[in-house]
Amino acid sequence: MKKWFFAALSSLIFAASAAQAQETDVMEIVTKAIEAMYYQGGDQKARVEMSILDKSGRERNRQLILLRRNDGEGYGDQKYYVFFERPSDVKEMVFMALKNIDHADDRWLYLPALDLVKRIAASDERTSFVGSHFFYEDVSGRNIDEDKHELIDTTDEYYIIRSLPKNPEDVEFSSYMSRVDRTTFLPMKMEYKDKRDVVYRVYTVLTVEEIEGHPTITDVEVEDTAMGGKTVLHYSAVQYDVGLPENIFSERFLRRPPRQFLK
Amino acid sequence: MRHWVRILAFFLCAWGSAAVKAAPLALYGFIDARAGVRVGDDVGDKDTSLGEVRLQLETEQYFDQVTFNAVVDFVLDPVADEYRPDLASGEGAIDPRQLNVEFSPLDFADLKLGRQVVTWGTGDLVFINDLFAKDWNSFFLGRDVEYLKAPVDALKASVFSSAANLDVVYTPKFGADRFVDGRRISFFDPQTGDFRGRDDPLSFDRPNDWFKDDEVAMRAYRSFGAIEAALYAYHGFWKSPAGFDAGAARAIFPKLNVYGASLRGPVMGGVGWLEGGYYDSARGAAGDPLLPNSEFRLLAGFEKEIATELTATIQYNLERKLDYDAYLQSLPPNIIRDNRDRHITTLRLTKLMLRQNLELSLFNYYSPSDKDGYVRFNASYKFTDNLKVEGGGNFFYGEDDHTFFAQFRNNNNLYVGVRRSF
Repeated sequence: MKKWFFAALSSLIFAASAAQAQETDVMEIVTKAIEAMYYQGGDQKARVEMSILDKSGRERNRQLILLRRNDGEGYGDQKYYVFFERPSDVKEMVFMALKNIDHADDRWLYLPALDLVKRIAASDERTSFVGSHFFYEDVSGRNIDEDKHELIDTTDEYYIIRSLPKNPEDVEFSSYMSRVDRTTFLPMKMEYKDKRDVVYRVYTVLTVEEIEGHPTITDVEVEDTAMGGKTVLHYSAVQYDVGLPENIFSERFLRRPPRQFLK
Repeated sequence: MRHWVRILAFFLCAWGSAAVKAAPLALYGFIDARAGVRVGDDVGDKDTSLGEVRLQLETEQYFDQVTFNAVVDFVLDPVADEYRPDLASGEGAIDPRQLNVEFSPLDFADLKLGRQVVTWGTGDLVFINDLFAKDWNSFFLGRDVEYLKAPVDALKASVFSSAANLDVVYTPKFGADRFVDGRRISFFDPQTGDFRGRDDPLSFDRPNDWFKDDEVAMRAYRSFGAIEAALYAYHGFWKSPAGFDAGAARAIFPKLNVYGASLRGPVMGGVGWLEGGYYDSARGAAGDPLLPNSEFRLLAGFEKEIATELTATIQYNLERKLDYDAYLQSLPPNIIRDNRDRHITTLRLTKLMLRQNLELSLFNYYSPSDKDGYVRFNASYKFTDNLKVEGGGNFFYGEDDHTFFAQFRNNNNLYVGVRRSF
């Protein structure tokens, strides 16, 4: 009886620690993945050209400058400044986001014709960003603690991770599957399933270039496989460690763009 | 008039993508044509509420630390039929909306000098501490909402620090609202007990002396975590003619000081705001029926996305007359008396569809105390990134003639517009 008890106990402990090890592994991968995508360098500047194709193939374009600054080392709080260059009806519009790890992000939109600084609600997180197939949340990345992650498989090239939302009522997906490159840790493909477990949204990295020693995504698309249509982003003039001052991420510079960093 | 038409025609012809590309300055802007008709009762207003073509040209030039901004509208408006530019009222063939220079004399300070648009405060189409000029004619007639903000000729000085930021806007000559005076929009005159339109527009005296009839608006603001807090002060005049000079038989702009505060931040998955202001009216206003009383104003609002691409905004606004007893006693007999409190609620619904190219919006003001209201609706569609068409309407309703929104009900209108950006 006693023997049986200890055998059971030790196998339980073993199983628990194995699960724990697996959990730490997957959290480590997920953290490295978000760092590879959103945190390289101390700061970053890039020009982004966005082509939005609707289901009948009509194309809309946006062009913007993205400025990003990390508050600390690695996964943590960040600041984003997105300055619109085209089309002309949104020219000089600014979107600013303060990414907070332990609470909801703070986000603003500046409308120059009205000189209006508008606060954006957290409920808009998974709303289309300027009509594209990317969400507001995709600009700065989804907090890794909002989902439960599970390492499904490890192939020669990829870690395959399945993620489930902790608060399913807040999001339109039921799960998503990520294929994370084992060398660069960049998520190369993410497939989102809707509540009926059907894939409806696919994120695909098209080009990765090494810039200043950082493997950098320069072409990426999000396709709506249910409704049709997709958005392709092309990054150019990517620079790291530009020396962006912290204070440009403030109301002052919403109203008065920091031109020296927007060239 | 011909002169201005010719100048305007020249600019319209000069416009063209080839010409713009070849220009030494990076010019951009839009050409916007819109037409509107009055529907319902007519008290001698023109049936055409809106009929105009507007070319807006914009450029900015920056050299090191100095930026020049220019946004100028060239307007062909046969309904107004007035082509001589008036910089204060914005009437005429040319309406400069921004002509200013911006620079930072110190690391922690900005200056912006010249014609500019200034906005602050938390309200959604309700303003307590934003006492910068508004263009109510444009707002009620169906121009783009950006025209609600009239430009001001001012010096804006800003100082930034980690403790708080401070803005001071000095306007050396009073910049009134582009207010309703009967010429484009008819209104109810409690003095005569009748509606007044373009045949009998309002006569008024506007404080007009440089540096004497000036305005100062201040805002100190900072964040506490995710909450944005601000304090405001204003020294100037009621922005629309709120008083009456019986001797001269003209409407006047009595003196006004305003002190207020606001908070804005995330609340229940949305954004909430709270703003208050004490309107300190001209001396002796309490006992004078021809001057507006001092008031206390309060605004509370909440905005949230309630379904996919559907955003709702609700607001409650209180305007309380202070010294109400003195006001009552000062009134001559048999005259319309205002309530002590005016309550206004607003509801905005915005629905975006077809990848945000189609926008449907509805904004309703309703006053349960005045039993009147004003509904604005608009549908706009972007055919391409540079071509937008829209249609909408402005409808005023109410039980009495004299209440704020109901007095405009002869101006109910429908409009259509098309805008080509370049």
